[in-house]
Amino acid sequence: MRRVAVTGMGAVSPFGRGLNELVGGIVAGRSAIVVHDKLADYGGLRTRLAALVTGVDGKEIARNKRRSMSSQSIFAVLAAGEALNQAVLPEIEYGSGRYGVVLGTTISSLETSESFFADHFRDKSFSRMKTSLFFKTMNHSAAANVAQYFGLEGRLLAPAAACATGCQALGYAYEMIVSGAQDAMLCGGTEEFHPLSAATFDLMNAASFSYNDRPSEASRPFDRQRDGVVCGEGAGVLVLEEWQSAQARGAEILAEIIGFATLTETGSIAEPSSAAMQRCMALALVDAGVEAEEIDYINAHATATEKGDIAEAQALYGLFGDRVPVSSLKGHLGHTLAASGGLETIATIEMMRRGELWPTRNLSEIDPRCQGPQIFTETKKCKPKLALKNNFALGGVNCSLVIRASQ
Amino acid sequence: MTDAEIISLINDSLVEEFELESSAMVSEAEIFADLGLDSLDIVDMVVILEGAFGVKIRDDESLREIRTLGDIHHFIIQKKCEKAAS
Repeated sequence: MRRVAVTGMGAVSPFGRGLNELVGGIVAGRSAIVVHDKLADYGGLRTRLAALVTGVDGKEIARNKRRSMSSQSIFAVLAAGEALNQAVLPEIEYGSGRYGVVLGTTISSLETSESFFADHFRDKSFSRMKTSLFFKTMNHSAAANVAQYFGLEGRLLAPAAACATGCQALGYAYEMIVSGAQDAMLCGGTEEFHPLSAATFDLMNAASFSYNDRPSEASRPFDRQRDGVVCGEGAGVLVLEEWQSAQARGAEILAEIIGFATLTETGSIAEPSSAAMQRCMALALVDAGVEAEEIDYINAHATATEKGDIAEAQALYGLFGDRVPVSSLKGHLGHTLAASGGLETIATIEMMRRGELWPTRNLSEIDPRCQGPQIFTETKKCKPKLALKNNFALGGVNCSLVIRASQ
Repeated sequence: MTDAEIISLINDSLVEEFELESSAMVSEAEIFADLGLDSLDIVDMVVILEGAFGVKIRDDESLREIRTLGDIHHFIIQKKCEKAAS
Protein backbone atom coordinates (compact mmCIF):
# COMPACT_ATOMS: atom_id res chain seq x y z
CA MET A 1 0.00 0.00 0.00
CA ARG A 2 1.20 3.48 -0.83
CA ARG A 3 2.07 5.57 2.22
CA VAL A 4 1.64 9.33 2.53
CA ALA A 5 4.33 11.65 3.86
CA VAL A 6 3.91 15.25 4.94
CA THR A 7 6.83 17.14 3.43
CA GLY A 8 5.71 20.75 3.61
CA MET A 9 3.60 23.01 5.81
CA GLY A 10 2.57 26.63 5.41
CA ALA A 11 0.44 28.92 7.53
CA VAL A 12 -1.24 32.28 7.46
CA SER A 13 -2.94 32.62 10.82
CA PRO A 14 -4.30 35.24 13.19
CA PHE A 15 -0.79 35.20 14.67
CA GLY A 16 0.59 36.39 11.34
CA ARG A 17 2.28 34.97 8.33
CA GLY A 18 4.23 31.77 8.48
CA LEU A 19 4.68 28.64 10.49
CA ASN A 20 6.98 30.35 13.00
CA GLU A 21 4.39 32.97 13.85
CA LEU A 22 1.71 30.32 14.31
CA VAL A 23 3.85 28.11 16.51
CA GLY A 24 5.40 31.05 18.36
CA GLY A 25 1.99 32.42 19.29
CA ILE A 26 0.74 29.09 20.57
CA VAL A 27 3.92 28.21 22.47
CA ALA A 28 3.87 31.63 24.14
CA GLY A 29 0.26 30.98 25.14
CA ARG A 30 -0.95 34.13 23.46
CA SER A 31 -4.46 34.90 22.26
CA ALA A 32 -4.97 36.10 18.69
CA ILE A 33 -8.46 37.35 19.44
CA VAL A 34 -9.17 41.07 19.22
CA VAL A 35 -12.04 43.50 19.42
CA HIS A 36 -13.04 44.09 15.81
CA ASP A 37 -14.51 47.60 15.92
CA LYS A 38 -16.21 47.20 12.54
CA LEU A 39 -18.65 44.73 14.08
CA ALA A 40 -20.21 47.55 16.09
CA ASP A 41 -21.60 48.93 12.82
CA TYR A 42 -23.93 45.97 12.39
CA GLY A 43 -27.33 45.77 13.99
CA GLY A 44 -28.45 42.52 15.56
CA LEU A 45 -24.93 41.33 16.27
CA ARG A 46 -23.80 40.79 19.84
CA THR A 47 -20.23 39.69 19.38
CA ARG A 48 -17.46 42.23 18.77
CA LEU A 49 -14.68 39.66 18.60
CA ALA A 50 -12.63 38.16 15.79
CA ALA A 51 -9.26 36.54 15.14
CA LEU A 52 -7.96 38.43 12.15
CA VAL A 53 -4.90 38.01 9.96
CA THR A 54 -2.59 41.01 10.08
CA GLY A 55 0.75 41.75 8.50
CA VAL A 56 -0.08 40.10 5.18
CA ASP A 57 0.31 42.11 2.01
CA GLY A 58 -0.98 40.43 -1.13
CA LYS A 59 0.87 42.97 -3.26
CA GLU A 60 3.81 40.60 -3.54
CA ILE A 61 1.58 38.55 -5.84
CA ALA A 62 1.68 40.03 -9.32
CA ARG A 63 -1.46 41.94 -10.26
CA ASN A 64 -2.36 39.70 -13.18
CA LYS A 65 -2.39 36.73 -10.80
CA ARG A 66 -3.91 38.61 -7.86
CA ARG A 67 -6.84 40.08 -9.83
CA SER A 68 -8.74 36.79 -9.45
CA MET A 69 -7.98 36.48 -5.74
CA SER A 70 -9.98 37.58 -2.75
CA SER A 71 -8.31 37.49 0.66
CA GLN A 72 -8.92 33.79 1.10
CA SER A 73 -7.05 33.00 -2.11
CA ILE A 74 -4.20 35.32 -1.12
CA PHE A 75 -3.92 33.61 2.27
CA ALA A 76 -3.96 30.21 0.54
CA VAL A 77 -1.31 31.17 -2.02
CA LEU A 78 1.02 32.53 0.66
CA ALA A 79 0.56 29.47 2.87
CA ALA A 80 0.99 27.16 -0.11
CA GLY A 81 4.16 28.98 -1.10
CA GLU A 82 5.64 28.39 2.32
CA ALA A 83 4.65 24.71 2.21
CA LEU A 84 6.17 24.26 -1.24
CA ASN A 85 9.37 26.00 -0.16
CA GLN A 86 9.73 23.54 2.64
CA ALA A 87 8.85 20.48 0.55
CA VAL A 88 11.09 21.42 -2.39
CA LEU A 89 9.07 19.21 -4.72
CA PRO A 90 10.70 18.69 -8.12
CA GLU A 91 9.24 21.52 -10.18
CA ILE A 92 9.51 19.46 -13.34
CA GLU A 93 6.62 17.39 -11.99
CA TYR A 94 4.28 20.36 -11.44
CA GLY A 95 2.89 19.97 -14.94
CA SER A 96 2.85 16.18 -14.95
CA GLY A 97 -0.78 15.89 -13.91
CA ARG A 98 0.36 13.89 -10.86
CA TYR A 99 0.56 16.88 -8.50
CA GLY A 100 -2.78 18.39 -7.54
CA VAL A 101 -4.62 20.71 -5.20
CA VAL A 102 -7.36 19.95 -2.69
CA LEU A 103 -8.25 23.16 -0.94
CA GLY A 104 -11.54 24.48 0.27
CA THR A 105 -13.27 27.24 2.11
CA THR A 106 -16.54 27.67 3.99
CA ILE A 107 -18.12 30.01 1.51
CA SER A 108 -16.89 31.99 -1.47
CA SER A 109 -15.72 35.54 -0.89
CA LEU A 110 -18.57 37.35 0.85
CA GLU A 111 -16.70 40.65 0.84
CA THR A 112 -16.47 40.49 -2.95
CA SER A 113 -20.13 39.58 -3.31
CA GLU A 114 -21.21 42.26 -0.86
CA SER A 115 -19.22 44.89 -2.69
CA PHE A 116 -20.66 43.90 -6.06
CA PHE A 117 -24.27 43.68 -4.97
CA ALA A 118 -24.13 46.93 -3.00
CA ASP A 119 -23.45 48.65 -6.31
CA HIS A 120 -25.55 46.35 -8.49
CA PHE A 121 -28.78 46.88 -6.54
CA ARG A 122 -28.71 50.61 -7.31
CA ASP A 123 -30.09 49.87 -10.78
CA LYS A 124 -29.73 46.09 -11.23
CA SER A 125 -27.22 46.74 -13.98
CA PHE A 126 -24.42 44.37 -14.92
CA SER A 127 -22.63 47.06 -16.89
CA ARG A 128 -20.18 47.81 -14.07
CA MET A 129 -19.34 44.16 -13.42
CA LYS A 130 -15.70 43.21 -13.85
CA THR A 131 -14.27 39.87 -14.89
CA SER A 132 -12.67 39.33 -11.49
CA LEU A 133 -16.08 38.98 -9.81
CA PHE A 134 -16.61 35.41 -10.93
CA PHE A 135 -13.03 34.30 -10.39
CA LYS A 136 -13.12 35.63 -6.83
CA THR A 137 -16.48 34.13 -5.97
CA MET A 138 -16.58 30.77 -7.72
CA ASN A 139 -16.65 28.00 -5.14
CA HIS A 140 -13.25 26.64 -6.19
CA SER A 141 -11.66 30.09 -6.33
CA ALA A 142 -8.92 29.48 -3.75
CA ALA A 143 -8.05 26.02 -5.08
CA ALA A 144 -7.98 27.25 -8.67
CA ASN A 145 -5.91 30.31 -7.81
CA VAL A 146 -3.36 28.16 -5.97
CA ALA A 147 -3.12 25.71 -8.87
CA GLN A 148 -2.81 28.55 -11.39
CA TYR A 149 -0.26 30.44 -9.36
CA PHE A 150 2.09 27.51 -8.90
CA GLY A 151 1.32 25.70 -12.18
CA LEU A 152 0.07 22.50 -10.56
CA GLU A 153 -1.76 20.65 -13.29
CA GLY A 154 -3.10 17.55 -11.56
CA ARG A 155 -6.46 17.09 -9.89
CA LEU A 156 -8.30 20.11 -8.52
CA LEU A 157 -10.87 19.68 -5.80
CA ALA A 158 -12.48 22.30 -3.59
CA PRO A 159 -14.29 20.52 -0.79
CA ALA A 160 -16.75 22.58 1.21
CA ALA A 161 -17.66 21.30 4.65
CA ALA A 162 -17.62 24.50 6.71
CA CYS A 163 -15.51 23.99 9.83
CA ALA A 164 -14.39 20.52 8.67
CA THR A 165 -13.26 21.71 5.24
CA GLY A 166 -9.52 21.74 5.93
CA CYS A 167 -9.51 18.33 7.60
CA GLN A 168 -11.60 16.89 4.80
CA ALA A 169 -9.24 18.34 2.20
CA LEU A 170 -6.28 16.66 3.89
CA GLY A 171 -8.17 13.38 4.02
CA TYR A 172 -9.23 13.45 0.38
CA ALA A 173 -5.70 14.35 -0.70
CA TYR A 174 -4.35 11.47 1.40
CA GLU A 175 -6.80 9.09 -0.27
CA MET A 176 -5.88 10.28 -3.76
CA ILE A 177 -2.24 9.51 -3.07
CA VAL A 178 -2.98 6.15 -1.43
CA SER A 179 -5.14 5.16 -4.41
CA GLY A 180 -2.37 6.00 -6.85
CA ALA A 181 -4.38 8.68 -8.62
CA GLN A 182 -1.92 11.40 -7.58
CA ASP A 183 1.65 11.53 -6.28
CA ALA A 184 1.66 14.84 -4.39
CA MET A 185 -1.02 17.24 -3.23
CA LEU A 186 -1.16 20.74 -1.87
CA CYS A 187 -4.07 20.55 0.53
CA GLY A 188 -5.83 22.35 3.33
CA GLY A 189 -8.32 25.11 3.93
CA THR A 190 -8.59 28.87 3.83
CA GLU A 191 -10.97 31.42 5.29
CA GLU A 192 -11.52 35.16 5.12
CA PHE A 193 -13.44 36.76 7.95
CA HIS A 194 -16.79 38.33 7.18
CA PRO A 195 -19.31 39.61 9.74
CA LEU A 196 -21.86 37.16 8.34
CA SER A 197 -19.86 34.25 9.77
CA ALA A 198 -19.92 35.81 13.23
CA ALA A 199 -23.60 36.66 12.81
CA THR A 200 -24.43 33.08 11.85
CA PHE A 201 -22.94 31.71 15.06
CA ASP A 202 -24.44 34.60 17.02
CA LEU A 203 -27.89 33.82 15.64
CA MET A 204 -27.60 30.25 16.86
CA ASN A 205 -26.41 31.46 20.28
CA ALA A 206 -23.02 29.95 19.56
CA ALA A 207 -20.83 33.07 19.25
CA SER A 208 -18.90 34.47 22.21
CA PHE A 209 -19.97 37.95 23.36
CA SER A 210 -19.65 37.88 27.16
CA TYR A 211 -15.96 38.64 26.75
CA ASN A 212 -16.33 41.56 24.33
CA ASP A 213 -14.38 43.71 26.79
CA ARG A 214 -11.79 40.99 27.52
CA PRO A 215 -10.95 39.53 24.10
CA SER A 216 -8.01 37.44 25.27
CA GLU A 217 -10.33 35.56 27.63
CA ALA A 218 -12.82 34.72 24.88
CA SER A 219 -12.96 31.30 23.19
CA ARG A 220 -12.73 28.89 26.11
CA PRO A 221 -12.88 25.30 24.88
CA PHE A 222 -14.22 22.84 27.48
CA ASP A 223 -14.34 25.62 30.11
CA ARG A 224 -17.29 26.04 32.44
CA GLN A 225 -17.55 29.73 31.52
CA ARG A 226 -17.32 29.26 27.75
CA ASP A 227 -19.91 31.12 25.71
CA GLY A 228 -19.19 30.26 22.11
CA VAL A 229 -17.04 30.59 19.03
CA VAL A 230 -14.86 33.52 18.02
CA CYS A 231 -14.60 33.47 14.24
CA GLY A 232 -11.21 33.83 12.66
CA GLU A 233 -9.43 33.64 9.36
CA GLY A 234 -6.26 32.32 7.77
CA ALA A 235 -5.00 29.40 5.73
CA GLY A 236 -3.28 26.16 6.60
CA VAL A 237 -1.79 24.26 3.69
CA LEU A 238 0.26 21.05 3.67
CA VAL A 239 2.18 19.17 1.03
CA LEU A 240 1.32 15.48 1.08
CA GLU A 241 3.52 13.21 -0.98
CA GLU A 242 3.80 9.54 -1.80
CA TRP A 243 6.21 8.16 0.79
CA GLN A 244 8.69 6.33 -1.44
CA SER A 245 9.15 9.22 -3.84
CA ALA A 246 9.67 11.59 -0.91
CA GLN A 247 12.23 9.24 0.58
CA ALA A 248 13.95 8.63 -2.76
CA ARG A 249 14.55 12.33 -3.33
CA GLY A 250 15.79 12.81 0.22
CA ALA A 251 12.95 15.05 1.35
CA GLU A 252 12.56 15.76 5.03
CA ILE A 253 9.49 13.83 6.13
CA LEU A 254 7.68 15.81 8.80
CA ALA A 255 4.99 13.24 9.60
CA GLU A 256 2.88 10.55 7.98
CA ILE A 257 -0.87 10.55 7.42
CA ILE A 258 -2.03 7.00 8.06
CA GLY A 259 -5.79 7.18 8.41
CA PHE A 260 -8.85 9.25 7.61
CA ALA A 261 -12.59 9.05 7.99
CA THR A 262 -15.44 11.39 7.28
CA LEU A 263 -19.12 10.71 7.70
CA THR A 264 -22.39 12.57 7.82
CA GLU A 265 -24.79 12.59 10.72
CA THR A 266 -28.29 13.06 9.39
CA GLY A 267 -30.28 13.54 12.58
CA SER A 268 -29.79 17.30 12.41
CA ILE A 269 -28.08 19.78 10.12
CA ALA A 270 -26.93 21.83 13.11
CA GLU A 271 -26.76 19.71 16.26
CA PRO A 272 -23.48 17.93 17.03
CA SER A 273 -23.77 14.20 17.58
CA SER A 274 -21.51 12.48 20.07
CA ALA A 275 -22.28 9.08 18.56
CA ALA A 276 -21.35 10.24 15.05
CA MET A 277 -18.12 11.82 16.32
CA GLN A 278 -17.16 8.60 18.07
CA ARG A 279 -18.04 6.53 15.02
CA CYS A 280 -15.94 8.83 12.82
CA MET A 281 -12.90 8.58 15.09
CA ALA A 282 -13.29 4.79 15.27
CA LEU A 283 -13.45 4.55 11.49
CA ALA A 284 -10.31 6.66 11.14
CA LEU A 285 -8.51 4.28 13.51
CA VAL A 286 -9.67 1.31 11.43
CA ASP A 287 -8.45 3.04 8.28
CA ALA A 288 -5.09 3.60 9.97
CA GLY A 289 -4.96 0.03 11.23
CA VAL A 290 -4.32 1.13 14.81
CA GLU A 291 -6.11 0.62 18.10
CA ALA A 292 -7.44 3.40 20.32
CA GLU A 293 -4.83 2.42 22.92
CA GLU A 294 -2.06 3.40 20.53
CA ILE A 295 -3.11 7.05 20.17
CA ASP A 296 -0.86 9.36 22.22
CA TYR A 297 -2.50 12.75 21.67
CA ILE A 298 -5.77 14.13 20.35
CA ASN A 299 -6.17 17.60 18.91
CA ALA A 300 -9.84 18.28 19.46
CA HIS A 301 -12.18 20.32 17.32
CA ALA A 302 -13.62 21.89 20.52
CA THR A 303 -14.76 25.35 19.43
CA ALA A 304 -16.03 26.49 22.85
CA THR A 305 -19.68 26.06 22.04
CA GLU A 306 -22.03 24.75 24.69
CA LYS A 307 -23.12 21.62 22.86
CA GLY A 308 -20.17 20.84 20.60
CA ASP A 309 -17.61 20.60 23.40
CA ILE A 310 -19.81 18.31 25.48
CA ALA A 311 -20.53 16.05 22.51
CA GLU A 312 -16.85 15.79 21.62
CA ALA A 313 -15.78 15.20 25.23
CA GLN A 314 -18.31 12.39 25.53
CA ALA A 315 -17.18 10.86 22.24
CA LEU A 316 -13.54 11.07 23.29
CA TYR A 317 -14.26 9.47 26.65
CA GLY A 318 -16.31 6.77 24.99
CA LEU A 319 -13.48 5.75 22.72
CA PHE A 320 -10.33 6.61 24.65
CA GLY A 321 -11.40 6.84 28.29
CA ASP A 322 -9.15 9.14 30.30
CA ARG A 323 -5.90 7.76 28.93
CA VAL A 324 -5.10 10.10 26.03
CA PRO A 325 -4.10 13.78 26.44
CA VAL A 326 -6.55 16.10 24.67
CA SER A 327 -6.32 19.79 23.84
CA SER A 328 -7.94 22.37 21.58
CA LEU A 329 -6.08 25.31 20.02
CA LYS A 330 -9.15 27.48 19.55
CA GLY A 331 -8.47 29.32 22.79
CA HIS A 332 -5.37 30.72 21.06
CA LEU A 333 -6.57 31.02 17.48
CA GLY A 334 -10.31 31.38 17.72
CA HIS A 335 -12.15 29.30 15.17
CA THR A 336 -10.55 29.77 11.78
CA LEU A 337 -13.38 27.69 10.26
CA ALA A 338 -12.26 26.14 6.96
CA ALA A 339 -8.64 26.94 7.80
CA SER A 340 -8.79 25.26 11.20
CA GLY A 341 -8.18 21.74 9.92
CA GLY A 342 -5.00 22.73 8.14
CA LEU A 343 -3.67 25.11 10.81
CA GLU A 344 -4.39 22.76 13.71
CA THR A 345 -2.96 19.74 11.88
CA ILE A 346 0.20 21.73 11.24
CA ALA A 347 0.37 22.63 14.94
CA THR A 348 -0.24 18.99 15.89
CA ILE A 349 2.63 17.86 13.69
CA GLU A 350 4.84 20.54 15.24
CA MET A 351 3.94 19.23 18.71
CA MET A 352 4.92 15.71 17.63
CA ARG A 353 8.21 16.96 16.22
CA ARG A 354 9.09 19.09 19.25
CA GLY A 355 8.05 16.54 21.83
CA GLU A 356 5.65 18.75 23.72
CA LEU A 357 1.89 18.99 23.85
CA TRP A 358 0.30 22.42 23.99
CA PRO A 359 -2.67 22.90 26.32
CA THR A 360 -6.03 24.52 25.78
CA ARG A 361 -5.87 28.26 26.37
CA ASN A 362 -8.52 29.87 28.60
CA LEU A 363 -9.42 26.55 30.22
CA SER A 364 -9.64 27.58 33.88
CA GLU A 365 -12.29 25.21 35.17
CA ILE A 366 -13.45 22.31 33.12
CA ASP A 367 -17.19 22.07 32.56
CA PRO A 368 -18.39 19.06 34.60
CA ARG A 369 -20.28 17.95 31.51
CA CYS A 370 -16.95 17.76 29.63
CA GLN A 371 -15.34 15.66 32.35
CA GLY A 372 -13.93 12.30 31.41
CA PRO A 373 -11.22 12.61 28.79
CA GLN A 374 -7.76 13.77 29.85
CA ILE A 375 -8.07 17.45 28.90
CA PHE A 376 -4.79 18.93 30.13
CA THR A 377 -4.05 22.54 31.03
CA GLU A 378 -0.25 22.70 31.20
CA THR A 379 2.31 22.03 28.48
CA LYS A 380 3.32 18.38 28.58
CA LYS A 381 6.71 17.01 27.62
CA CYS A 382 5.78 14.01 25.56
CA LYS A 383 6.76 12.62 22.17
CA PRO A 384 3.60 11.19 20.68
CA LYS A 385 3.99 8.53 18.03
CA LEU A 386 0.37 8.70 16.94
CA ALA A 387 -2.05 11.62 17.04
CA LEU A 388 -5.68 12.04 16.11
CA LYS A 389 -7.06 15.29 14.67
CA ASN A 390 -10.78 16.04 14.75
CA ASN A 391 -12.88 18.59 12.93
CA PHE A 392 -16.66 18.67 12.90
CA ALA A 393 -19.00 20.95 11.01
CA LEU A 394 -22.49 22.30 10.61
CA GLY A 395 -24.19 20.21 7.99
CA GLY A 396 -23.54 17.07 10.01
CA VAL A 397 -20.00 16.58 8.73
CA ASN A 398 -17.50 14.75 10.91
CA CYS A 399 -13.81 14.28 10.05
CA SER A 400 -10.90 12.58 11.77
CA LEU A 401 -7.32 12.19 10.66
CA VAL A 402 -4.64 9.89 12.10
CA ILE A 403 -1.07 11.18 12.02
CA ARG A 404 2.10 9.22 12.74
CA ALA A 405 5.33 10.91 13.83
CA SER A 406 8.09 10.72 11.26
CA GLN A 407 10.51 8.97 13.61
CA MET B 1 -13.64 68.41 -20.95
CA THR B 2 -10.48 69.19 -22.89
CA ASP B 3 -8.51 66.54 -24.78
CA ALA B 4 -5.75 66.86 -22.20
CA GLU B 5 -8.21 66.29 -19.39
CA ILE B 6 -9.60 63.24 -21.15
CA ILE B 7 -6.10 61.80 -21.63
CA SER B 8 -5.27 62.49 -18.02
CA LEU B 9 -8.43 60.79 -16.77
CA ILE B 10 -7.83 57.75 -18.99
CA ASN B 11 -4.27 57.42 -17.76
CA ASP B 12 -5.20 57.87 -14.11
CA SER B 13 -8.02 55.35 -14.39
CA LEU B 14 -5.80 52.72 -16.01
CA VAL B 15 -2.92 53.36 -13.60
CA GLU B 16 -5.23 52.81 -10.67
CA GLU B 17 -7.07 49.79 -12.04
CA PHE B 18 -4.08 47.92 -13.43
CA GLU B 19 -1.44 49.15 -10.98
CA LEU B 20 0.65 50.65 -13.79
CA GLU B 21 3.55 53.05 -13.42
CA SER B 22 2.60 56.60 -14.39
CA SER B 23 5.86 56.87 -16.28
CA ALA B 24 4.74 54.01 -18.55
CA MET B 25 1.69 55.94 -19.73
CA VAL B 26 3.07 57.23 -23.01
CA SER B 27 1.02 57.35 -26.21
CA GLU B 28 3.14 54.83 -28.07
CA ALA B 29 2.96 52.23 -25.27
CA GLU B 30 1.48 49.02 -26.64
CA ILE B 31 -1.32 47.74 -24.46
CA PHE B 32 -0.28 44.10 -24.43
CA ALA B 33 3.47 44.21 -24.91
CA ASP B 34 4.35 47.34 -22.94
CA LEU B 35 1.58 47.75 -20.38
CA GLY B 36 1.30 43.99 -19.79
CA LEU B 37 -2.47 43.80 -20.07
CA ASP B 38 -4.28 40.76 -21.46
CA SER B 39 -7.69 39.94 -22.88
CA LEU B 40 -9.40 39.81 -19.47
CA ASP B 41 -7.92 43.22 -18.65
CA ILE B 42 -9.30 44.63 -21.88
CA VAL B 43 -12.81 43.56 -20.87
CA ASP B 44 -12.33 45.34 -17.53
CA MET B 45 -10.75 48.35 -19.24
CA VAL B 46 -13.91 48.85 -21.26
CA VAL B 47 -15.95 48.79 -18.03
CA ILE B 48 -13.60 51.32 -16.45
CA LEU B 49 -13.68 53.68 -19.44
CA GLU B 50 -17.46 53.44 -19.80
CA GLY B 51 -17.78 54.35 -16.14
CA ALA B 52 -15.28 57.19 -16.28
CA PHE B 53 -16.70 58.85 -19.40
CA GLY B 54 -20.35 57.82 -19.48
CA VAL B 55 -20.05 56.34 -22.97
CA LYS B 56 -21.06 52.93 -24.33
CA ILE B 57 -18.14 51.38 -26.20
CA ARG B 58 -18.42 47.67 -25.53
CA ASP B 59 -19.97 46.81 -28.90
CA ASP B 60 -17.96 49.31 -30.92
CA GLU B 61 -16.19 47.60 -33.83
CA SER B 62 -13.28 50.04 -33.77
CA LEU B 63 -12.30 48.81 -30.29
CA ARG B 64 -10.66 45.88 -32.01
CA GLU B 65 -8.27 48.21 -33.82
CA ILE B 66 -6.78 49.56 -30.63
CA ARG B 67 -3.11 48.68 -30.15
CA THR B 68 -1.55 51.50 -28.15
CA LEU B 69 -2.44 53.80 -25.30
CA GLY B 70 -2.57 56.60 -27.87
CA ASP B 71 -5.23 54.63 -29.75
CA ILE B 72 -7.31 54.56 -26.56
CA HIS B 73 -6.88 58.31 -26.11
CA HIS B 74 -8.04 58.98 -29.69
CA PHE B 75 -10.88 56.51 -29.44
CA ILE B 76 -12.32 58.05 -26.26
CA ILE B 77 -11.82 61.62 -27.47
CA GLN B 78 -13.75 60.71 -30.61
CA LYS B 79 -16.49 59.02 -28.59
CA LYS B 80 -16.82 62.09 -26.38
CA CYS B 81 -17.10 64.27 -29.48
CA GLU B 82 -19.77 62.03 -30.98
CA LYS B 83 -21.68 62.10 -27.72
CA ALA B 84 -21.44 65.87 -27.50
CA ALA B 85 -22.60 66.21 -31.14
CA SER B 86 -25.60 63.98 -30.58
